[in-house]
Amino acid sequence: MSMENTGWDGFEIGAMLRSFDGPAKDIALTKQEDRNYSKNNSFTASVADWRIIKPVFNKDYCIDCQFCWVYCPDISIISRDKKMLGVDYDHCKGCGICVEVCPTNPKSLLMFPEQKDTEEAIAEWPEKEKKEK
Amino acid sequence: MAFEKMKLKEIEVWDGNMAASHAMRQVQIDVVSAYPITPSTPIVENYSKFLADGYIEGEFMMVESEHAAMSGCIGASAAGGRVATATSAQGLALMMETLYQASGMRLPIVLNIVNRALAAPLNVNGDHSDMYLTRDSGWIHFDAYNPQHVYDLNFIAFKVAEDHDVRLPAIVSQDGFMTSHTAQGVRTLDDDTAYNFVGEFKPMNDMLDLDHPVTHGVQTEEDWHFEHKARQHNDLMTKVFPKIEEAFDAFEKLTGRRYNIVETYHMDDAEVAIVCMGTSVETAAEVAKELRENEGIKAGVIGIRVLRPWPYKQLQEVVKNLKAVATLDRSSPNGAPGMLFNEISGVVINLDKRPVINNYIYGLGGRDLTKVHVAEVFRDLKANADAGKLTTPTQQFIGVRGPKLSYL
Repeated sequence: MSMENTGWDGFEIGAMLRSFDGPAKDIALTKQEDRNYSKNNSFTASVADWRIIKPVFNKDYCIDCQFCWVYCPDISIISRDKKMLGVDYDHCKGCGICVEVCPTNPKSLLMFPEQKDTEEAIAEWPEKEKKEK
Repeated sequence: MAFEKMKLKEIEVWDGNMAASHAMRQVQIDVVSAYPITPSTPIVENYSKFLADGYIEGEFMMVESEHAAMSGCIGASAAGGRVATATSAQGLALMMETLYQASGMRLPIVLNIVNRALAAPLNVNGDHSDMYLTRDSGWIHFDAYNPQHVYDLNFIAFKVAEDHDVRLPAIVSQDGFMTSHTAQGVRTLDDDTAYNFVGEFKPMNDMLDLDHPVTHGVQTEEDWHFEHKARQHNDLMTKVFPKIEEAFDAFEKLTGRRYNIVETYHMDDAEVAIVCMGTSVETAAEVAKELRENEGIKAGVIGIRVLRPWPYKQLQEVVKNLKAVATLDRSSPNGAPGMLFNEISGVVINLDKRPVINNYIYGLGGRDLTKVHVAEVFRDLKANADAGKLTTPTQQFIGVRGPKLSYL
């Protein structure tokens, strides 16, 4: 059943919501952007407007280890064919776990204030830290 | 996993708990999630023995509280299985929050409540204060007066609750100890007949349908919540009674045993009647018969078989020609008239001619309701009927020591 135009009088009993319009065959092998998410699925909604700090991705240092993708509790790391592409800011809550687990030096993800311009953030990126002997 | 069928005698000597356990075994429940509490403990104890002995295929989840028990039932029911549990008193009180979740999510769980007083003071015996908690929770509620009813109403509860036009959870209540621990002859159904009456569980929007993923238990704020609640109330008010009637008819055809939404005893020409629930219905019916013979009181008894949805119209038909009605509540209303007084008053308030109605609080904490008590109530009713008005206070306590308590 399509939930495209579900209004107050079109819902199903039990306040049950469908994640997809129509059946979801082979969903694990279908990329998020190719899935037929319904309007009631939070994939199509922004649920991140309370974020006050955001992770910024700097691809210059990324080694595509996928740690951030594995650890993100909100599936907000966009990765395709094991290549890190960036952060889904409609769903990222700004928890900073991706930054915490990033193993590169300097890190490829760093937290900045929400209103910070991405290019400015990358311009301010820290140098590689020297290991103390 | 294979499971064995059990061979039952045509009549088994079962108490209410054993009757519930066998009904739960026979309908082939997928998940029972339970935390035992007196006096309902033997229901899940017997059930787990059936499981250990190979008579049950489903899962039995032992959890850490009644809140978790019903939560487990909700998860399993949303996943798409036939689900049931049992509880009493404090356990039911702890379960309350989740009862509203179950009904709001339209999950057809069956809950056996073995009625017991609510502490404090702590008391394990039967009264109706625990089940009165559930009145507004959106569950269908069947009341059993003896072990046979417990057995039969369990099948009816599953059948009605799981109907796709209904999809609401259902309670089957029985009196703690008086029904739950008093062994009586119970006419049985063989395993296949019992299962076929309820039929195979038909899932609806189940979470284990992986091709059609769904979200259960969503948040709806002011723009949707009211419509969901209104629809749930609408379905309780309009869709449940026809399905109950259908199930009662089908059950009578199968077994010869007739159930009615409102049960009546000696009511054809009755002028006065007692309205009550549970084991008291049978006591009152006996007394009504005796008083008819010995004192010429045209006495009758109205038993509430379905407490929710409240049989407003059905009760109007039954009480409209009565002169006096006594409502017997086995729960302390704690600062108000009793529930049955209020609800029966609501039933008659817009009738052209209405009976005089009074209220009795009785049997708290398992205190016996004797035939002498019931006879006194009928004599009060006779006086009210003759006078055409109340000759007693509106609310009286019966069977309690000390000076007579009466109010309003």
